[in-house]
Amino acid sequence: MRIVDFFLIILGLLVLFTALSVVVLSLTWLERKFLGRLQRRLGPNRTGPMGLLQPVADAVKLVLKEDILPSSADRAIFWVAPLVVLVPSFMLWVTIPAAENLVLRNVDMGLFYIIAFSVITILGLVLAGWGSANKYGILGGLRSSAQLISYEIPVIMVVIAVAMMAQSLNLIHITNFQLPGIQSITPETARLEAGIQNVPFAVLQPLGMVIFLIAGLAEVGRTPFDIYFAESEIVGGPFVEYSGAHWSVFFLAEYMNTFIIAALTALLFLGGWHGPFNPTSPQWLESLVGVVWFLVKTYFVILVIFWIRGTFPRLRIDQLMAFAWQVVVPLSFANILITGVFMYYGWPWWSLTLMSLTLSSVIGYLIYKHVTAPARKVAEVYNRRRMIERQPRRQAGRQSSGPSAGPEEAVSGG
Amino acid sequence: MVEVNNIDMDAEPLEMLVNMGPQHPSTHGVFRMVLWIDGEKVVRAESHIGYLHRGSEKLCEGEQYHQIITLFDRLDYISNFNNEMVFCRAVEKLMGIEVPERAEYVRVILCELNRIASHLLFLGTFGLDAGAMTPVMLTFRGRERIQSVFEAISGARMMHNYFRVGGIKEDLPANFEQLVSDLLPDLRADVEEADKLLTYNEVFIARTKGIGVIDTETAVDYGLTGPCLRACGVPYDVRKAEPYSVYDRFDFDVPVGIDGDSWERYYVRVEEMYQSLNIIDQALEQIPSGPVSTLGRRLIRPPKGDVYVRSENPRGEIGVYLVSDGTDKPYRVKVRPPSFCNLSVLEVLLKDTWVADAVIILGSLDIVLGEVDR
Repeated sequence: MRIVDFFLIILGLLVLFTALSVVVLSLTWLERKFLGRLQRRLGPNRTGPMGLLQPVADAVKLVLKEDILPSSADRAIFWVAPLVVLVPSFMLWVTIPAAENLVLRNVDMGLFYIIAFSVITILGLVLAGWGSANKYGILGGLRSSAQLISYEIPVIMVVIAVAMMAQSLNLIHITNFQLPGIQSITPETARLEAGIQNVPFAVLQPLGMVIFLIAGLAEVGRTPFDIYFAESEIVGGPFVEYSGAHWSVFFLAEYMNTFIIAALTALLFLGGWHGPFNPTSPQWLESLVGVVWFLVKTYFVILVIFWIRGTFPRLRIDQLMAFAWQVVVPLSFANILITGVFMYYGWPWWSLTLMSLTLSSVIGYLIYKHVTAPARKVAEVYNRRRMIERQPRRQAGRQSSGPSAGPEEAVSGG
Repeated sequence: MVEVNNIDMDAEPLEMLVNMGPQHPSTHGVFRMVLWIDGEKVVRAESHIGYLHRGSEKLCEGEQYHQIITLFDRLDYISNFNNEMVFCRAVEKLMGIEVPERAEYVRVILCELNRIASHLLFLGTFGLDAGAMTPVMLTFRGRERIQSVFEAISGARMMHNYFRVGGIKEDLPANFEQLVSDLLPDLRADVEEADKLLTYNEVFIARTKGIGVIDTETAVDYGLTGPCLRACGVPYDVRKAEPYSVYDRFDFDVPVGIDGDSWERYYVRVEEMYQSLNIIDQALEQIPSGPVSTLGRRLIRPPKGDVYVRSENPRGEIGVYLVSDGTDKPYRVKVRPPSFCNLSVLEVLLKDTWVADAVIILGSLDIVLGEVDR
């Protein structure tokens, strides 16, 4: 390797890190503003125009805060845990393309690399929980390991189904595969393309996208799956003892992960940087428009994630695990199955859409019925309650039962 | 080191002791729960109170009657008017004073507004306990509206010190009726909005339905009152059972639950807000004009004797036992706070629940520590 290459890599990483930091800052602003609007408030509006400088103020405040090391904490583990969480989330971005020519390293095993690296995050969370020697931290660390490992499986399974269709683990190939009229990538896919019509995978595999989004939400621990740092129960879980800069590293990683899930959804299912208006002549313009399309799709997914956050309460751990192993994992296997059947028989492309939609709607309906069974019971009760007991006026309280048999009002003496 | 070959498979599960509180976001103040947990299950729980003890009852013995109203403001600091009301009623009962009609109506209106404010706070924080962050924003808006009306009337958003023995402090602002009737539609909209967002939310029901079930016998045995009791199906409401003030002139229902779980306790409170809105509507129609105080600014010196008075607070039945020795200061003031009695059932409820449910159950009891510790 020449020395120039080395410096180019360093430069690329620096640019990537800066870009990601800017993205994270914009995400924090967007989340506050969007949630504010959902909740009929203004959101940040004091720092800069429309509160645009709020993330900067936050960052400054976080960095200036004292970094506390709890006296009983395991020093090495405590300090290294934030890095174990941050580095993988940063490393993932090395292979995620923002446009066809805009990627730091185009890895042929890109998806494999991403999945392999994203699992390391779990280790960091467990380390953080354990190292801070806090009981809430330990609870949160254990919760996170259970949750993230469970939801890693559906993510992998969905990604496998996508890779089967595209016959590649390379993100650029997968994204290009969703563009109509693309040339064959490999001879094997030539037969497929005849039937596939190269539409975005969101159309081909709606079930896959839904599973990916749900499992992705759980992976990054956002509402309604934010149980491992549930603020009202275990007060931040693994992060409970962290403050200042180290806490902000966790924060950075969390938002990076959110962005990754959204970006992967955009790349794998929504056609990435392809859009209706896409010039091809000057390369820089193509890249620019591509990045814009990519960001538009990614931010759309992110807004959906924020929207979910503003609407739902949090699940309980047993409900979360049951949902993973009884619903999401079997569904992701079924997704692979229908994809395989479709590919083996070479059916027309809409047949897969049909199968996927049928499966997701049938299973979705069954789950909905199962999950909302108590809700429907409640609704029946509600209808019954229209006949609220009316007591005649001025009737003294029921003396037979109830604490109404308390001391009577009495005035004595005088 | 661990001896791998020598694992005792029948060993008792390791219990971890977790101190939930007094500094914990979901203990609603400075309440401390000690939980023995086995993994995610609560094996046993113990509640510790007293972090907010100010000796209010003892303080009352050294204050004149009108000064005690301030202390009662600080018992249940979410529903100040209701507290002032019960103390003033106790003294009036002891002295045998009639309160002017207008003052009674004003008191009822303010108390019901305060009940709505208190339940709105509950609705929001219960959503937070369950992990929903939006309801609290919606409900606080309604609560804020109520409090600005309170401010216009009494001069303070909380700790009003407005009721007096024999009436209220001073006559209302000229646009009182206008203020309240302008408030009502907005308030109803706020309540409905939060209600729609949270009540039938599937995840919310999954988290609260069937959690922390209290059967009727337990509820009565532990002396639960208020929404916690009514959620078990006991239609006991002091306003109905033993109507005080002018409550017998209004047409309202007592919402009751069926299963006695957290969701029912939540829902009873939501329904109560609508009932309170109805009461305020009727009170505004009936409110007469006239004087608002019989005593004026006189030193209160009740005759020798004792009296027990109770009324319906947002959290349940509050009782005041007042002993007078004929001087200008009471001999003894004993408060029966609803939160304290409701809290006593917590240890029973927390057995064999999930850690996450402990928060839900505590939230559904809706305690105010100022009243528990006094």
